[in-house]
Amino acid sequence: MKIKDLSLAGLKESLSSGEMKSTELTRFYLDCIGERETDVNAFLHIDEKYALAKANSANCPNSPLCGIPIAIKDVLMVDGMPATAGSKILEGYMPPFTATAVKKLEDAGMVIVGKTNTDEFAMGSSTENSAYGVTHNPWNLDRVPGGSSGGSAAAVAAGMVPVALGSDTGGSVRQPASYCGISGIKPTYGRISRYGLSAYGSSLDSIGVLARSVADIIPVFKTMVGKDPLDATSVESPTTPRRLPDAESLKGTRIGVPKEYFVEGTQVEVAGAVREAIQEFKKMGAEIIPISLPHTEYAIPAYYILASAEASANLARFDGIRYTQREGADTLAEVYNQTRGKLFGEEVKRRIMLGTYALSAGYYDAFYGQAQKVRTLIRRDFEDAFTKVDAIATPVAPTTAFKIGAHGDDPLSMYLEDIFTLPANLAGVPGLALPVGFDDANMPIGMQLMGTRFSEELLFDIGKIYQRETSWHEMKPKMAR
Amino acid sequence: MPLKLEEVDHIAKLARLDLSAEEKARYRVQLSDILDHIAKLNELDTTGISPTANAFQGTSATRADKVHKSLSTADLLKNAPDADKNQFKVPAVFGEKK
Repeated sequence: MKIKDLSLAGLKESLSSGEMKSTELTRFYLDCIGERETDVNAFLHIDEKYALAKANSANCPNSPLCGIPIAIKDVLMVDGMPATAGSKILEGYMPPFTATAVKKLEDAGMVIVGKTNTDEFAMGSSTENSAYGVTHNPWNLDRVPGGSSGGSAAAVAAGMVPVALGSDTGGSVRQPASYCGISGIKPTYGRISRYGLSAYGSSLDSIGVLARSVADIIPVFKTMVGKDPLDATSVESPTTPRRLPDAESLKGTRIGVPKEYFVEGTQVEVAGAVREAIQEFKKMGAEIIPISLPHTEYAIPAYYILASAEASANLARFDGIRYTQREGADTLAEVYNQTRGKLFGEEVKRRIMLGTYALSAGYYDAFYGQAQKVRTLIRRDFEDAFTKVDAIATPVAPTTAFKIGAHGDDPLSMYLEDIFTLPANLAGVPGLALPVGFDDANMPIGMQLMGTRFSEELLFDIGKIYQRETSWHEMKPKMAR
Repeated sequence: MPLKLEEVDHIAKLARLDLSAEEKARYRVQLSDILDHIAKLNELDTTGISPTANAFQGTSATRADKVHKSLSTADLLKNAPDADKNQFKVPAVFGEKK
C-alpha cells in the first residue's frame, strides 16, 4: 500500500517495523504540500525544518502517534511558530507557549508541519474571512472548503497531511469536514482543554480533529482529552465511556431522526444521501426513531447573539498594546480605535458590533438574556431526545460547498447555512461528521451524528461500523489520488 | 426595525472601532437585517426558564491557592509593539500629544 492510502494505524505499523522512517514520512507530506499548496492555499505557515527535526528525534515506541505528521489550525498556539488566527491584528505574533491539546500531541511524538488557514478568529463558514486569502476546496478549486477550519479540512482532503486539528464554535470542524469529504469530531464541551486556543465564544468553543476516517480520529482525540489545570472549564472523561452494545453491528442502537433537520431549503441530494445512510444504519441493525427537536429554528438567532456577545468581550484584548501591531500614535484612545478599526476584518468587526449592541445598556435583557433562556430550551430538546435515542442523525449543512464569493455582501444568508451545526454547540454535546455521498456536481455530502455528553466513543463506534461497510471516506479528489 | 446611524456610531464608540463612513453605512443595513432575524427569539415565551450561561450547568471549578511557574515577563514583552523597563509602553492617556 502507498503512504497516501495508509491509515494512521498503517503509518504507525510502517514506522514501527522500520519499513519507513518518520523523516521519510514527513518528507513525503512536505512534498505533497509543496506540490498542491499553490492551488489550495491551506497553510498560513509551513515549517519544514521544525518538522524534520521533530521527525528525526521522535522516539516514542509506545505511542500510536509517534512520528506521524499533523497540521494545526492557526487559532492554536505552538511555541516557535507564528500564530495569526487569520487576522492582520496578530501579524508577526510569536506565542511564547503551546496549547495544552497540541502539547499532548507533541508529547505523543506527533510532528507538526505547519499552521492552517482559518476565517479570522474562527468567525466564518468558508475561510473567505481570512486576512491571508481564501482556501480552495480540493474537490473543486472554485468552491470554498467550508470554515472556519477550512485550511485543516482542505489539507487533509488534498492529502497534504493525514490528520489536522481544528476548532468548532458553531460547526467549524464539522461543516468543512463535510464540504471536503472527510470525517471530523466536535467533542463534548470541556472534554479537551482550550488553553492556548484563541478565544471566540468561550461558552461554545471546542477543539476538534479532522481526518480521512473515524479510525484515524480516535487516537488523536484520545490523546487530547482530560482535565487541565490551565483551563477551568475542562473536565475529566468518564472512566467507562458509553459504547455500542454489540461491537460488530448496530443491534440495540436507537438512532433518532429529527424532523426539523429534514425541511424545505435543504439541497435534495443532501437530504437524499443522509436518508440513504440512515437506511444503511437500519440494515446494520439499528432501530430508527423519528424524533423532534422543536426549538431548532431558534438556534441561529440565539447563537449569533451569544457568540457575538462573547466575541466582543474576548476580542477586547486586541487593542494595540500587547500583540505586535499598533496603529495611531497620539493618544491611547486613538491607538485602541485605529488598531482595531484598521486591522480587524469586516466579519470580525460586524460580530463585535453585534455583540456590543446586544450587551449594551437597555438591550441586555431583550437580547442576551433572552438568548440564554432560549439556549436552555434548546439544551432541553436534546436532553429529552436522548432519553429515547442513543444518537441523532442529520445532515451537517443544508448544501454542499458553495462557490467562492456566493454569499457576497449578505452575511445573514451565510449565517443561515449554520442551522444544523449550531445546536450541538449550544447544548454542549458532541457531533461527528461523516462523508455519505456526492451531489450532481461531484461535491461531497456529510452526515452528522450527535450524541449525549461524553458519548464520543459511541459515535465513533457507529462511524467505524458505517465506514467498514461503505467506501465514501475512501474517495479522494483528483489531486490526492 | 432599522438601526439609526447614530446608534451605529454609538456602538462603534463602545466597541472602540474607528470605522469609515462607508463601513458605518454598510453595517447599518447588515446589522438591521441580522437584528430583524434575531427578533424571532421574542416569539418564545421564556417566563420561568432559567438562562444557560455555559453548557455545563452548576459545575464550578476550584483549586488550591498555590503559586505556580508562569510565563516570564520578558517572553510576554517580546510581542509588544512598544515596551520599556519591563513594561508595556503606551501613549498619553488624556489627550495630550506626545
